[in-house]
Amino acid sequence: MRKIVVNAMGEQCPIPVVKAKKAMAELPQEGGEAEILVDNEISVQNLGKMADQKGLKWNSEKTAEHEYHVHIFVGEGQEKPKVKAAEEEVCMPDRRGHSVAVISSSVMGNGDDELGKILMKGFIYALSQLDTLPETILFYNGGVFLTTEGSDSLEDLKSMEAQGVKILSCGTCLNYYGLTEKLQVGSVTNMYVIAEKMAGASNLIRP
Amino acid sequence: MEDMKEKIIFCRGGGCTAKLGAGALSSVLAKLPKKRDENLLVGFDSSDDAAVYRLNEDLAIVQTLDFFPPMVEDPYTFGKIAAANALSDIYAMGGTVKTALNIVCFPESYDLNILGEILRGGNEKVQEAGGVLAGGHSIMDTDIKYGLSVTGTIHPDKIYQNHGCQPGDVLILTKPLGIGIVTTANRVGEASGEAMQQAIASMTTLNRYAAEVLADYDVHACTDVTGFGLIVHLLEMLQDGHMARLAANQIPYIEEARHGAEEFLLTAGGQRNRNHAGDQVEFRIQDFAMEEILFDPQTSGGLLAAVRPEQATEILQRVQALGLPCGIIGRVEESTSDRTNHRTKVIVEQNL
Repeated sequence: MRKIVVNAMGEQCPIPVVKAKKAMAELPQEGGEAEILVDNEISVQNLGKMADQKGLKWNSEKTAEHEYHVHIFVGEGQEKPKVKAAEEEVCMPDRRGHSVAVISSSVMGNGDDELGKILMKGFIYALSQLDTLPETILFYNGGVFLTTEGSDSLEDLKSMEAQGVKILSCGTCLNYYGLTEKLQVGSVTNMYVIAEKMAGASNLIRP
Repeated sequence: MEDMKEKIIFCRGGGCTAKLGAGALSSVLAKLPKKRDENLLVGFDSSDDAAVYRLNEDLAIVQTLDFFPPMVEDPYTFGKIAAANALSDIYAMGGTVKTALNIVCFPESYDLNILGEILRGGNEKVQEAGGVLAGGHSIMDTDIKYGLSVTGTIHPDKIYQNHGCQPGDVLILTKPLGIGIVTTANRVGEASGEAMQQAIASMTTLNRYAAEVLADYDVHACTDVTGFGLIVHLLEMLQDGHMARLAANQIPYIEEARHGAEEFLLTAGGQRNRNHAGDQVEFRIQDFAMEEILFDPQTSGGLLAAVRPEQATEILQRVQALGLPCGIIGRVEESTSDRTNHRTKVIVEQNL
């Protein structure tokens, strides 16, 4: 497969895109790959936007501080690249597995609730540090206090969300506790999705 | 003029496309300790266009400053644009321009005539605004940057804040969008002369005239659309519990911006704006170019005002008579249940 490497380090938008388009036009009919080197993530996103709009497969890797390689695959006969969603994995390796974590309370374990709260905060943090992140984290009943205003775990949850972990809170529960407008991370879900996610999980994680 | 010899260096992704991202800025500002002063009527708490400080019951001063690198090749035109852009913040607050100070960064090795041309353009716009140029400050730098610090006056009870809009209000935009895309396309030689002329005509037009029209009506909120693009500036106008619905077919824009967007001649600033808005905006259109136009950073962009619906048509007619593309682009609503995401604050439909 023909590959053209374009160095667009130090170039501001839209120059990386202009150079990439030129390289893509030079690739032979049967296709190939344009690899574009850029020094910032916004350029990666603008290149990805172009590839997405043109319906082309692309991925990117961060090889060093201020150095990104964007691979855009053109035409037939290309190797199947690992397709990555632009906003999820621009510069982090995919750490998600197929497990689902279920959080049904704002505290962890039975006993003193003050301690339970501290433990839950520690658990969510530990979850975010796992080598393999859960695919989805479900929050229902008292669990929704963790995804809403006032939660100590928002940063950890947002960091996992930024890495592609789905954060889902039960809509009925948010409504029951008057927290619907206070959701800070992830999105609202219903019992069908909760059941489906739990049924489809390779394993369930419960604190 | 020797500006052509320098033009590659002179014009390097300038204007408001050079602005820091909204997200980056607010995280830094949030860390500064705040001093309370009851006479500071508008500070950066509300990410408004300018600061307003009350001197007495009938009089407050409006202060703002703005400067950036060139986005056009002609220094005189750049001076006019930078000044019109800096003066605009006073108009977005409903104030009157009084004095202006030059802010200059200029490389020692460049021809001083270039600086002379920039300042000539700037001075003309200050005079057109009814103000007086009163001094300035210049430093050596590797690249050219120019702008103004402007002081104006305003009645403390007649300030247009950027966040007072109410459900039912209609949104009026007084200049076309697409400035960032067209000037960026021009930088890589892909803009027509005609499109650049349209962009320059818009950028050099003072918002004074649109502001004077608005002064005759009830303006609930007003801002000028600059580096954060229409969407992010609009997000800043909307209070909790409110949202806006935009009509894509009513958005005024420079026609060739659509072509530029389709060729992906996009700025970093536009992408930062898209990232900042995130899921607060919901597009119900299949129109990539329009999305980009709505996120496009504007230099010396128009006023975005929320006004009462019964006054909107008359206002629009009078703003149209000023000669630039403009439009009634949407309305403010209570946050509704037809949002797919509870964080959605702006819904873009094809038409309303």
